[in-house]
Amino acid sequence: MLRQYWWKIICVAALVYTCIEGFLGSVPALPIINETIRNLYFHVAMWFGMMILFIVSVVYSIKYLRTNNHVFDIYALEYAKGGIVFGCLGVLTGSIWARFTWGAFWSNDPKQLGATIALLIYFAYLVLRNSMTDMDKRARIGAVYNIFAFAMLFPTIWIIPRMVESLHPGGMGNPALDTDDIDKRMRIVFWPGAVPGWTLLGVWITTLRIRLQLLAEKKQTSESSKKNFSHV
Amino acid sequence: MTRESLRFAAKLPVIGAFSQIFALFRKDLLLEIRQQYTFYGVLLYVASTIFVLYLSMGEPEGPVWKGLFWMIQLFVCVNAVAKSFLQEGRGRLLYFFSITSPGNFIVAKLLFNAGLMLLMSLVSLGLFVLMLGNPMPNPVVFIFISCLGGMSLSLVFTFLAAIAARAQQSAALMAILGFPLVIPQLLLLSKISNIAFAEVIQGGLAGMIGVLAGLDVMLVALSLILFPFLWKD
Repeated sequence: MLRQYWWKIICVAALVYTCIEGFLGSVPALPIINETIRNLYFHVAMWFGMMILFIVSVVYSIKYLRTNNHVFDIYALEYAKGGIVFGCLGVLTGSIWARFTWGAFWSNDPKQLGATIALLIYFAYLVLRNSMTDMDKRARIGAVYNIFAFAMLFPTIWIIPRMVESLHPGGMGNPALDTDDIDKRMRIVFWPGAVPGWTLLGVWITTLRIRLQLLAEKKQTSESSKKNFSHV
Repeated sequence: MTRESLRFAAKLPVIGAFSQIFALFRKDLLLEIRQQYTFYGVLLYVASTIFVLYLSMGEPEGPVWKGLFWMIQLFVCVNAVAKSFLQEGRGRLLYFFSITSPGNFIVAKLLFNAGLMLLMSLVSLGLFVLMLGNPMPNPVVFIFISCLGGMSLSLVFTFLAAIAARAQQSAALMAILGFPLVIPQLLLLSKISNIAFAEVIQGGLAGMIGVLAGLDVMLVALSLILFPFLWKD
């Protein structure tokens, strides 16, 4: 499935559509936000991408714990890394947006803090993995921490930021999922274009990295078996 | 003595779990009473830290007091809980593996650490009021909040201590893993503490206590589900 190319075509088409419509299409003229409203296609879609990649990562961690198949561990790690990249881009695009609407790149808003904490939690996942040298132990403890971290992600980015005052929209529910909140012209770019486009791009990058890791591992095992053979 | 009671417990499947948990809990308690290291060690740590704070800050205002209190609680928790798994050597863990189930083991550890943190919270609250003054209009409420907070922190760090011990790393790894994970709890606790610090009760704080309690339940459930995977080698 992953080596098929039809979804890559969809990904490129969706992103081309998002960029063309995103920069040239008509958007509602609102005070304060003005043209920065176009950032919706990039900033909000990054969080969708991040969340989906983290969910896939935690599913592979659970699969690893159930089967002890080492391949699933590589999947979980690479999807988590993909999610982290999207999270960083989300914070970056968000702070640029904040500069032009709230007046500063960073204003210690609960949403900004929640996103940063979520990224710190996942950085800790990478640090934890690197602290161990034994491959099985690294995979198992990494999987356990990944599931734990994912569960802690919910209060961090979904519950607590909603409970305190914030400049960010969406205090009551999710602004992107509430379809009445988005203008009709933007909805037809956001849902069919931006969200699947960026998410598929994330999956694409991740699958390439997974294939690279698997190849590197294959090479290593074949080399080490050759070495063992020559000793005999 | 504990070994006999554990063997006895294994014969009764229904009451077995409870008596095993109790026996493991008692083992930790007896070790603590005999060795008298964690409690007095952390006590000295708390006392000297608060004394340093007193020397440098005098009697701070409410928000500063609150922030300092939760930060000290965080460090106390790391120090108090770190020992719980690191003290168990490889051989002793193998022994526990053969006589009890991972669920019972982690529940006993969670209970012991929650009890320890409960005590430490009360002690550090007392020392805070003694040295840094009392800026709270409702100090009685804050006693409950600090107990709840101490126990919540201990739940996170107990599980992280288990991870750090399995990764054969020092307490430093526990702090690295733990600090990002406890920020949501600390934010919640800091908000909830406003009940004790404000003259007027603010709305929405009851909901936050609910979220914190839900988070604690989730942490216990996750520890129970995930600990068996950490346990086997």
